[in-house]
Amino acid sequence: MSSKTEQVQKKPYLVLKNVSKRYGGVVALEGVDFTIFPGEVHGLVGENGSGKSTLVKIITGVVRPEKGAEVEVNGQKVEINNPFDAFRLGIHVVHQDLSLFPNLSVAENILSHRYLEKTQKLINWRDLKAEATRVMDKLGVGIDPETEVNRLSVADQQLVAILRAIASEARLIILDEPTSSLTRREVNRLFAFIHELKARNISFLFISHRLDEVLEISDRVTVFRDGKKIGTFQQEELDKKRLSFLMTGKEISSRPSSVRALSKKEEIMRVENLTKKGHYEKVSFSLYQGEILGLIGPRGSGRTELALTIFGLNPPDEGKIYFEGRPQIINSNQVAINLGIGYVPENRLIQGLVLDHSVEDNLVITVLRQIIKGMGLVDLQKKRAAAEKAVREFNIKTESVEVPVKTLSGGNQQKVVLAKWILTSPRLLILDTPTHGVDVAAKESIYQSIRELSQRNLSLIFISDEETEVLNNCDRILVMKNGQIVGEFFPWETREEELRKTILQ
Amino acid sequence: MIGREAYLVNKKIFQQTEFYLGIIIVALSFFLTLINPKFLTLENWFDMLRSNTFLGILALGELVVLISGGIDVSFTATATIAQYIMGLIITTYYIDNVLVAFLIPIPIGIALGAINGALVYYTKVHPVIITISTLNAFFGFLMFFSGGKWIYNFPPSFRSFSRLQVFSLVNARGVEYGFSIFILLWIILAIFTWMILKYFPVGRKIYAVGGNLEAARRAGFNIFRLQLFVYCFMGALAGLASFVNASLNQMIQPNSLVGGELDILAAAILGGASVFGGSGSAGGAFLGVLLIAIIKNGLILMRASAYWHEVIMGAIIVAAAGISAYQQKAKAKREGEILVP
Repeated sequence: MSSKTEQVQKKPYLVLKNVSKRYGGVVALEGVDFTIFPGEVHGLVGENGSGKSTLVKIITGVVRPEKGAEVEVNGQKVEINNPFDAFRLGIHVVHQDLSLFPNLSVAENILSHRYLEKTQKLINWRDLKAEATRVMDKLGVGIDPETEVNRLSVADQQLVAILRAIASEARLIILDEPTSSLTRREVNRLFAFIHELKARNISFLFISHRLDEVLEISDRVTVFRDGKKIGTFQQEELDKKRLSFLMTGKEISSRPSSVRALSKKEEIMRVENLTKKGHYEKVSFSLYQGEILGLIGPRGSGRTELALTIFGLNPPDEGKIYFEGRPQIINSNQVAINLGIGYVPENRLIQGLVLDHSVEDNLVITVLRQIIKGMGLVDLQKKRAAAEKAVREFNIKTESVEVPVKTLSGGNQQKVVLAKWILTSPRLLILDTPTHGVDVAAKESIYQSIRELSQRNLSLIFISDEETEVLNNCDRILVMKNGQIVGEFFPWETREEELRKTILQ
Repeated sequence: MIGREAYLVNKKIFQQTEFYLGIIIVALSFFLTLINPKFLTLENWFDMLRSNTFLGILALGELVVLISGGIDVSFTATATIAQYIMGLIITTYYIDNVLVAFLIPIPIGIALGAINGALVYYTKVHPVIITISTLNAFFGFLMFFSGGKWIYNFPPSFRSFSRLQVFSLVNARGVEYGFSIFILLWIILAIFTWMILKYFPVGRKIYAVGGNLEAARRAGFNIFRLQLFVYCFMGALAGLASFVNASLNQMIQPNSLVGGELDILAAAILGGASVFGGSGSAGGAFLGVLLIAIIKNGLILMRASAYWHEVIMGAIIVAAAGISAYQQKAKAKREGEILVP
């Protein structure tokens, strides 16, 4: 905390004044002032399209601000016209995809800026290794410099990406959604590392949808909404609820929603002693009609593998699955779909949608059989009608059903994926971390859709990373760890801490 | 992640393609020697190496293109044009100087390579499409202007150079044989390629681009210059190889090389270059050519039909590329991703 008081006397590292950006007629950023101090971790939050990424693009020289903007680095007025200007000033981005070279060694990745030097010196491998080791040792990182990066865990790759910035003398490191594929333990390690670098006066701009983590690591947080800066706040002034409010302008309800007992307990599916070597072991549970069953556990607990088994993509070694009372062998996703089981994968962008195709095409892909007329041709009118109905029912915000899905916001893309499966009138829908990487408001609309679905007597398995989320939205919660179900909870009698303890233990 | 393994400290020798290739080559040699003892003689090996120098030099060029994440199938046309122009010049003006003949095809190859590189960079069309098109365009041009005429009757120095040997030996029957100058050229080029890939920043950048193009762009690498480099390198080696080919045959036929692209691709891929880019080595490409040479030699020693050569080459490419795709998938699995169709 001492660093905060020091900052008052410190000179800022980066100052932006009156920064605006228009794309055509659309205002992406309007009159923003922004400051980062040396050694500060500055959180940056806002919904998709709020102007966060435009700000980052301006800081890193990818786009230029409108006239009238002023940029200062270390008290000097500068112009950042391209990414190289930003590099030279010590501004580096660690992209969400990390942008590492998977086939090169850790040492080469960390020191890849050397290959940019004008003098084409021969590579001295011993020196390269020694230098990379020195950079890592200084910061207490013990990764073997000769390992190829594709052999590292995502968390270690992240450290390598940060070390690469450090090695080329970064003063400000912009972290774009750095924790989205890390486990909690790995997040802790990343944060410890950030603290270490903070102590060396390196500044961070921390961009994330995970508000808990933003609050945990940041000294100050800047909130954007609709291209405007709502404000910059000291971390102590904020909590998650206030932050969501600032971002959306709406009070987001986070009351436990479903203190409802299922009227009839009609079993739809039962699995008994399901085992898949290396994935999960002796898993048994039942699922009832209209129930939202939360499935929570750390990544690697076997939850996704279990879900894929039910969807026929990961056949079990042992055990039985009963669906609507009858034993079933689900050995392909076609069998699962015929039974009425749907699966919405974790990474909606790569697995759930054909991004370049229209909303319409994406919506009807699961129900082609219902919209064909004689000779096996698609009935375009039926297709349009089905798509438009889905857009209305799920309140998908899109210009028309003809635009490519990639033009939609993340939350609306997620709704398209949901709608696509609902059109098949499934009996059971498995949602694999449906709110992963989406912002607060979009999350809320996804919860809304989930509740609506369950009211139509559809059963859902809701896989999640967040305790709050399952407690607020599920009827029952199963905790999975190391391939086993280790606990069953009912939201109305469970406190968040209790659930978290079971997961972390 | 389930069972996150401790990282293997280094790539162990038995995980390297070169190691497996070595084993296969030794085993195959053993087998062929049993069938025909003539196989394991220096004479046969020197002969085999010399007649595969053309293939070997081209495979080095293809290797570099593959590492960068590209592919080039136009090099046979490039080589033909380069040697044809060389042949025309030295026969028309009767230039009795091997060094001049040696130097002519290289800039021609580089120029044609630059056309490929520029097209690949600016059109962003997949290089396989670009180079199939340039293969046809280059070849069509040549056939039109040459009228398919053969070139022979080279100056004496050009003829004597092809028989030049680094050292020579005499076999049991008293016939002289030797280590051709072309094998030496091939080995020098292999070492040169290895040096570029391992010790020059441009070589490391080629690996980087092949590993992650977007990251290379973000890191500030000049992608245009790199792509230009790899296709020009391929072109230069096609020029050199075409000199070797013309010299060994003492004849230039405009239609003799085009159609032989598959062997070179097979050699590079066998040698550990991935069609996905980012991997491969000069040593591997050398061994890949050696393996193909041995297989062909073996088929000849076993008196198999020439058509079987084609079948076996095709099978080798499918097998080698299949293994490389499988490894890619296995890697993804190791990293804990589950591939959902």
